Amino acid sequence: MRLKLAPEKTNIDFFRFAPVTFGLSVVFMVLSVVFWLTFGLNFGIDFRGGTTIRTDSAQPVDVGAYRQAIEPLGLGDVSITEVFDPGFAADQHVSQIRIQAQEDTEAVTPEMVQAVERALKTVDPSITFPSIESVGPKVSAELVWAAVLAVVAGSAGIAVYIWLRFEWQYAIGSVAALIHDVLVTIGVFSLFQIKFDLTTVAALLTILGYSINDTVVVFDRLRENLVKFKTMPLRDVMNLSVNETLSRTLMTTTTTLIALISLLVLGGDVIRGFVFAITFGIVIGTYSSVYMAKNIVLYLGVDRGGPKKDGPSGTRFAEVDA
Amino acid sequence: MLYIPLWKRVMVLGVCVLAILYAAPNLFYDRVETHNDAVAAIEASGGVATPEQQAAAGLWPDWLPSNIVNLGLDLRGGAHLLAEVKVEDVHAARMDMLWPELRDALRVLRAEVGNIRRQPAPPGELRVAISRAEGMTVAVEAARKLAQPIISLTGMGQSDIEVAAQGDVLVVRLTDAERTAMDGRTIQQSLEIIRRRVDEVGTREPTIQRQGEDRILIQVPGIGSAAELKSLIGTTAKLTFHPVISRTSDPGADAGGNLLLPAADERDIYYVLERVPVVSGDELVDAQPSFDQNNRPAVSFRFDPTGARAFGDYTAANIGKPFAIVLDNEVISAPVIQSHIAGGSGIITGSFSVEESTELAVLLRAGALPAEMTFLEERTIGPELGQDSIDAGSLAALVGMVAVVLFMVASYGLFGVFASVALATNIALLFAVLSVIGATLTLPGIAGIVLTLGMAVDANVLIFERIREELRQAKSPARAIELGFEKALSAIVDANVTTFLVAVIMFMVGAGPVRGFAVTLGIGIITSVFSALFVTRLVVAAWVNLRRPKTITV
Repeated sequence: MRLKLAPEKTNIDFFRFAPVTFGLSVVFMVLSVVFWLTFGLNFGIDFRGGTTIRTDSAQPVDVGAYRQAIEPLGLGDVSITEVFDPGFAADQHVSQIRIQAQEDTEAVTPEMVQAVERALKTVDPSITFPSIESVGPKVSAELVWAAVLAVVAGSAGIAVYIWLRFEWQYAIGSVAALIHDVLVTIGVFSLFQIKFDLTTVAALLTILGYSINDTVVVFDRLRENLVKFKTMPLRDVMNLSVNETLSRTLMTTTTTLIALISLLVLGGDVIRGFVFAITFGIVIGTYSSVYMAKNIVLYLGVDRGGPKKDGPSGTRFAEVDA
Repeated sequence: MLYIPLWKRVMVLGVCVLAILYAAPNLFYDRVETHNDAVAAIEASGGVATPEQQAAAGLWPDWLPSNIVNLGLDLRGGAHLLAEVKVEDVHAARMDMLWPELRDALRVLRAEVGNIRRQPAPPGELRVAISRAEGMTVAVEAARKLAQPIISLTGMGQSDIEVAAQGDVLVVRLTDAERTAMDGRTIQQSLEIIRRRVDEVGTREPTIQRQGEDRILIQVPGIGSAAELKSLIGTTAKLTFHPVISRTSDPGADAGGNLLLPAADERDIYYVLERVPVVSGDELVDAQPSFDQNNRPAVSFRFDPTGARAFGDYTAANIGKPFAIVLDNEVISAPVIQSHIAGGSGIITGSFSVEESTELAVLLRAGALPAEMTFLEERTIGPELGQDSIDAGSLAALVGMVAVVLFMVASYGLFGVFASVALATNIALLFAVLSVIGATLTLPGIAGIVLTLGMAVDANVLIFERIREELRQAKSPARAIELGFEKALSAIVDANVTTFLVAVIMFMVGAGPVRGFAVTLGIGIITSVFSALFVTRLVVAAWVNLRRPKTITV
């Protein structure tokens, strides 16, 4: 008896609720932008400068006492959060303290870090500081640019490749799906105020790569079917292609999610935000390649060529013998 | 039929065996690391080994590969610093050097240009006011004669300074080409000196590299904190010896073009010194911690021949006059010259502790940094946190892998087992490649590996789903398998090329953790395509040829 995520032969009309799904996607995208603009993003120190100190103690974390100890130092905006993780020992209490970038200092001052350490030691003598990270405002501004550049360059690179290998309609469809995935992920990060730092950008890029992976598999099948069924309406060919690849889409998404959930639960709190972004993005990416990318290609139409045309050249890869 | 030529079978199997061989050392990480350190230590000491080193080297057989992945700072613990070199300092110093030359050149022409006076100017610029504006053309000409051709690969044929006249002010400025050449040299020199200082402390595999125009990235694993690292490399350690003009207690005293520097040990005491030093730390050949005649910690030093001559000549000519020893813009001491000091060695006294004198000796030996540095970014990661991350990451990877294998077997039966073999090969290959190219594994890198685990089976899934489809069309098992591989290929290639593209872009634009992730993701894509296309195919073909099944269920 085999485990089957999708029945042998499906015949789902993925366009039946096209206005609803497409509309929902657009609503989500708009909402994400609204969240982004109203709540903003909870930028980590990579992007806005400042210092984070991780504390570790056998005593329970007393956020109020920590705050009282640090307050007299006059460091401006200080946020203290307790960190929980199933991997911690019973008497391990971890917190994360974030201090804003100090005015008119380009460089990071060790004196400030030492002062904070001393202040906390008076509250809890057993406290240790497993990690201290500081980023100056100059670097953080550059990192923001590098991050934006990375996402834009990533999308552009993908668009060009799809355009070369398929056609421009596909490229637009894929990029629209990518923008959707990235925007909605940013929206969720903004809504729940999850820390957004350099690794989140890496996560966004991974989502790009994964989402396009799914989209390309559907497109590849579509291209093949367009050659096979020259007279079938485009909408039907698309439905056929998605149905044919549905089982694979679900299988791959499931295996990837299995691995990611394992990492999410067991991988420790340091990379949890990063793994969460990828996990969320992969679910969204699967959705968008089924419901988003295709719709746009359908709307734009595909040049199906005359009877002479031998289809796009992509399938020639099949001649490569393994 | 599913025929694979012998040479191809041998090749694929060979790659798999090599992969396992090269990945294996990572399973015995500590052992191999101790072995590698011992071997390096023995080599450094010219083949002579202590018994402990011999024992450590014996922990791992020499004939086995001993490459292991480097653990990044977030996994091993250590300190990370991003420093910006203040290249303007060097420009300013260069202009200070030019000033006496220009002054001498213009003094000769006093009749035409009148009195000259240096005016304040931004770094890299020298402004000189002359009292007779009509003599400006002569002054400009004299200044132009001081220009030197640039010695660099790109700046050939250009000169180092440009001279202009602004009313009665003569402006001498460094040319852009000279600035670029100088900045390049400054960074290069800083890199070299930082490397020497870090090496003196003797930690493992520090990363010291230039980043962008004027930045230096320093990563030192195993060091306690970034503050410690900073005190080691953040000190300029610029040592100079200046003639003393006067001593004052007024911090606002008018030094009139000379230097006004505070004393290091005495409060509210300032020295007025001649701007151009007699000798500088550049001319030192050795510095050692020692003690003075009162048994207080001190640093003894020795000059090279040029330094020794200049020092000897000066002391011979100025017996009875005070002489200032300046370290990083503070007067350490200002002894009176008692006698002619020949031979070029001396001693620096001051109120040092033994630790301070030892550190100062290290810094002087390694040489002064050509310019000051500011720190833009610093990170300290404790070794325990790193170990926790490794443990959590490996556990997650293991659980993830087992779950994926179970899921694949439940879905595809025997073919799921085949895919799992390919998956295991993939992991071995990934670690083998990471070890051989000496890549650095970071925490996001581990996440990249786990993600690859999930995605690696994608190619197999594509193939198996395709075989299922072909089987439904009542093809023979062998034919269906063959067509499955063939038709899935274009989807596999397209899907993976796009993801690979993203990994490449991440590597190019990303910094630090993003890069580590990009490396494992990118290599993971290549190895997963290899294992899905070649390894799975080999295993499936072997099975089909062995069993010749009449029907198969995928």
